[in-house]
Amino acid sequence: MKLSVENLNSHYGPAHILFDVALDVADGEAVALLGRNGAGKSTTFRSIVGLVGQRSGRIEFEGRDISNQPTHAIVRGGLGYVPEERRIFTDLTVEENLEVGRQPPRNNAPRWTRERLFELFPNLAEMRGRPGGRMSGGEQQMLTIARTLMGNPSLVLLDEPSEGLSPKIVEQMVEAILTMKKEGVSLLVSEQNLHFARLISDRAYIIERGRICFSGTMTELDARPDIRDAHLAL
Amino acid sequence: MAFYVVQFLTGLASAASLFLVASGLSIIFGVTRIVNFAHGAFYMLGAYVAFTLTARFSGALGFWGGILAAALIVAAVGVLVEMLLLRRIYHVPELFQLLATFGLTLMVEDLVVLGWGPNDLVGPRAAGLKGAIDFFGQQIPSYDLFLIVLGPLVLGLLWLVFQRTRWGVLVRAATQDRDMVAALGVNQKWLFTSVFALGVFLAALAGALQIPRDAVTHEMDLRVIVDVFVVVVIGGLGSITGAFVAAVLVSELNAFGILIFPKISIILVFLVMAAVLIVRPWGLLGRAEAPVRRTPGLTVNPWRPLTSRERIAVAIAFLLAASLPFYAGNYALAVGAEIAIFVIFAASLHFLMSTGGLASFGHAAYFGLGAYGTAFAVKLAGLPMAAALVAGPLFGLLGAVVFGFFAVQLSGVYFAMLTLAFAQIVWSVAFQWVGLTGGDNGILGVWPERWAASAPHFFWLSLAVAVLAVAGLRIATFSPFGFALRATRDSPLRAEAIGINGKRIQWSAFLIAGTVAGIGGALFAYLKGSVFPDVLGIPLSVDALVMVLLGGVETVSGAIVGAIVYKALSIWLVSQTEWSKLVLGAFIVLIVVAFPKGIVGTLDSLWHRRPSSLKDAMLASKIETAE
Repeated sequence: MKLSVENLNSHYGPAHILFDVALDVADGEAVALLGRNGAGKSTTFRSIVGLVGQRSGRIEFEGRDISNQPTHAIVRGGLGYVPEERRIFTDLTVEENLEVGRQPPRNNAPRWTRERLFELFPNLAEMRGRPGGRMSGGEQQMLTIARTLMGNPSLVLLDEPSEGLSPKIVEQMVEAILTMKKEGVSLLVSEQNLHFARLISDRAYIIERGRICFSGTMTELDARPDIRDAHLAL
Repeated sequence: MAFYVVQFLTGLASAASLFLVASGLSIIFGVTRIVNFAHGAFYMLGAYVAFTLTARFSGALGFWGGILAAALIVAAVGVLVEMLLLRRIYHVPELFQLLATFGLTLMVEDLVVLGWGPNDLVGPRAAGLKGAIDFFGQQIPSYDLFLIVLGPLVLGLLWLVFQRTRWGVLVRAATQDRDMVAALGVNQKWLFTSVFALGVFLAALAGALQIPRDAVTHEMDLRVIVDVFVVVVIGGLGSITGAFVAAVLVSELNAFGILIFPKISIILVFLVMAAVLIVRPWGLLGRAEAPVRRTPGLTVNPWRPLTSRERIAVAIAFLLAASLPFYAGNYALAVGAEIAIFVIFAASLHFLMSTGGLASFGHAAYFGLGAYGTAFAVKLAGLPMAAALVAGPLFGLLGAVVFGFFAVQLSGVYFAMLTLAFAQIVWSVAFQWVGLTGGDNGILGVWPERWAASAPHFFWLSLAVAVLAVAGLRIATFSPFGFALRATRDSPLRAEAIGINGKRIQWSAFLIAGTVAGIGGALFAYLKGSVFPDVLGIPLSVDALVMVLLGGVETVSGAIVGAIVYKALSIWLVSQTEWSKLVLGAFIVLIVVAFPKGIVGTLDSLWHRRPSSLKDAMLASKIETAE
């Protein structure tokens, strides 16, 4: 098992956000975490990478317990994280942004170089020297993913990669994610867009108010319109 | 003409060391968000260590090697400080870090006296650069020319490091978003430590390079830190090029100010700083800070007025204090009156900081204006005491009206720096306008009238005014005005969206705080019988800050306890030990590390242990915001 989460509870101050969240991602698998705004998707991700101070439960990555490790150590271990808000370093150029994410290659994960990433995201290749602050939203989203891939992760947590992007860019994003998957990167992708999730993932969890309320394959989810309507429809 | 050229070159030479210190401060602030008050102390340590090393090892190698070794040794000390002290307090609100580094400065001041004695030390001249160059009949020291070259050289080297190395890229990234850098697998701890080491190295190098030009004294830290604050604020915090430009500007202003405006030479620099901040609030080459995420703790523990039981406890405490004259001697009563006055002063700053969210670094200006106003009223207008006690605070109000208007246009660190500059302007006026203020000799003979002259009477007067002032500030805090002020503090945008004029509300708070501080100053003038420029000085402003933070900035009235503890402790320490700064500094550092919520805040959470253990854990952990 690549990633396995059990009994994850998280708090922001006095507010209890996640309740006994459990999920897992197998080697080479792409899993979607679906849910509405504020359901707890981002908090789940932030808890896994150690950005939420108050969390309890068991989080195993490649068989090691990472629930007490600091963020940088978790990421150094090969667990890449792409945050929802993109968080590009706006003062740094595209190449410098990539440099911040660079880590030594890993045996159990595909190796990425700057040139390979420029092939994956051709738009970025044309603006190597441009500061991150002068890029469009879609370009920034590509740069965040590329930046995380520079760390040669074996698993990537992608927080709402399609949010706020034009349909054309979303198409490119699907392409890129499928390439990552083909290369052997395991993926956990949070989404509100069921259509997008269906294109890239094998299985899905649905989270609502901090609790996992559905788990199954995409086919199983499609067979349950009641669940879809109750937890995902607007 | 040649004279002016030489004067210009002297200015450039001074700019070099100012730039080194300022760039170090800027780099450290950029990444760690710590305004390192102790930066002047590291500068001073560099000079002292270099003095010892260059005295022991003679010759060119001894001199230049000694300078470099001194900077490296002090940088190693800086690393220790970062690992042992700062690492524990990165998560606490930024003012506490400033306070801790101020405590450190106090300690270092006494430590250098312990190690090197209280006298000024004159270092050796620079090996190989002892001579001077003749320039149309004027002499330019060769060493100055060396410094003039050194400044741009260091600027270029720093630029290369930050643009061309991986470390530099990581530092620039961390300057913008520390958490994201960690989320990309970079160990922030070592990044912070290395940045701190570089910053301290630059400061210590500047101090070491200063020994052929200036005597080494144990007061050089505060002098340089004020100049450096001015430089980084004019240049823009976090901008190294800005620090260079501003260092040159400030040094040239100093060099030519003496010639052209000898009367206002000291304040010239501060006037320029205030002008720059008003036109470009983030400095010449700086940029706007991202809005600071507020501590959720403020909303978790809502303020409320005292319950009836607490009111009774306060009344008992007041009666106990009021009964002091029945069993205490005159000295104790004088100390008691002084403490009551500082309660007024600290409470006024606390109102501005806690309720208003505006951390002023120059609050002594309004305290001092109140004191000077009272002295003028007595000495120049011949007013009776009661009238003078009203006239004095009006001076404080007047100062707050003018300075507050400009200051509330800014926020955060820049607000702090601008208030510091204004306070320094007022101090300079008091210091230099000898005809009116007596300058350094002060105004003497401001004694209370018969009805208040005896120690018990003056104590009761001070106590009564303190109680009224604190009660008034509490009423303001829980009034609709206070709610509007707190709304502006917590979320300027949302407050504005519901029709609150944030700037005007903050300005009003500034006026209230300034007036109340002025009341304290007026009483202080009568307590001491005299007024000196010290009442406007930076040390007094810092004292007030310490009192507020010691009491607990997130509490409603913590400053009262902070003022009592701090003032009593410092008066007692001065009488007990020669090394009061060392003990006081260590005490401040200890408080920040062990009780970052202040005395009252800590007691408060002990009191409410049961429902809020969760909250405590979370305040101690990293600060988050919910989705």
